Amino acid sequence: MTAVDTAPAQVGGVPSMTVTLRIRRLNPEGVGDHAAGEDYWEEFQVEAHATDRVLDALHKIKWEQDGSLAFRRSCAHGVCGSDAMRINAKNRLACKTLLKDLNPAKPILIEPIAGLPVEKDLIVDMEPFFASYREIMPFLMPSGPAPERERLQSPEERERFDDTTKCILCAACTTACPVFWTDGQYFGPQAIVGAHRFIFDSRDEGQWDRLEILNDKAGVWKCRTAFNCTEACPRGIEVTKAISEVKKVLNTGEI
Amino acid sequence: MTAPELSQPMPRTRKRMNATYRWWWVFQRVSGVILVVLIFTHLFVNLMMGDGVSQIDFAFVAGKWAAWYWQVIDFVMLLLAMLHGTNGMSYLINDYARSRRSRAILQAILGIAAVVIIVLGSLVIWTFEPCPVDATGAFLPGVPSGCPFN
Repeated sequence: MTAVDTAPAQVGGVPSMTVTLRIRRLNPEGVGDHAAGEDYWEEFQVEAHATDRVLDALHKIKWEQDGSLAFRRSCAHGVCGSDAMRINAKNRLACKTLLKDLNPAKPILIEPIAGLPVEKDLIVDMEPFFASYREIMPFLMPSGPAPERERLQSPEERERFDDTTKCILCAACTTACPVFWTDGQYFGPQAIVGAHRFIFDSRDEGQWDRLEILNDKAGVWKCRTAFNCTEACPRGIEVTKAISEVKKVLNTGEI
Repeated sequence: MTAPELSQPMPRTRKRMNATYRWWWVFQRVSGVILVVLIFTHLFVNLMMGDGVSQIDFAFVAGKWAAWYWQVIDFVMLLLAMLHGTNGMSYLINDYARSRRSRAILQAILGIAAVVIIVLGSLVIWTFEPCPVDATGAFLPGVPSGCPFN
């Protein structure tokens, strides 16, 4: 028996609707009435299903209405972390946000993530964000010769940093942080999450090097526990908790 | 046509945590917990016990401050609340003041305000006369019923 597609595609099965997207745009070379580097709102209307994601709506705009709309996306399935943007004033991944969860009756506001320099439309310069991540040395720092087989770890040891291994570096947390917005001095939640992942790893021996870097006025102590990061994280990482665990280690001296 | 220059992020100035800063950080947490207890006790005693909010007049305050422990409790509350609030505001200024100059000015205003309020409040609490008398030596109207204390 061969499986045959007998039933016609149920396009009408999911209700379709017209949604309005108000997108914060910026063209570095200027376009129409807008000077180079000026940011402005532009509205688009797309026909979409309730189960479509914001990314699908953006694709429709880019492919069918305005090819100049610029945004990043790679895997489009919530794994690569390229398409973090500010949707209805909350940082989310466009590929994980369904239109039906956004009250499509009103225009959906889409802005680039805040606190990083905008290059074009929804694309920001991620370099300051990655620079902070590099500073905390996000790689295993073991001592002694490499073992012949895996570095073993008990489930309990793994459990301590399991949450922070989920980070995909989308920058949703860091660009939701009100302290990060102020002057760019703060490392940002993501860098601390990245450090947490190694500090609490029993196989790593560079904990105190990383803690020394984070024990800075612009390090963990700049965190005001606003919880914006925890709320923004599309992976559900308890970011503020991770930051507090690093603070606790610095206060008690015990990992 | 050339693209506008992107504004560079401010280079990070390495400022290690020092002992004073850490002391204030711990103080902020500890004082916060103590203040929750003190403030809710204060609200409960003043607003819930007895006749509630309508009982608060000169005699009520005088009656409380005639007891040394209320003086101590209110003084501790004043001190912790002012230091906790001042330190928190100071964090905010450090976070949000753009220039060195505006930061220095705002910090100075904050420091002066804190000192004035703490000194003034302490004077009121510790030099308070619960049973004021007029020129003839008789109690003024409105003194608490227990006068003279001690």
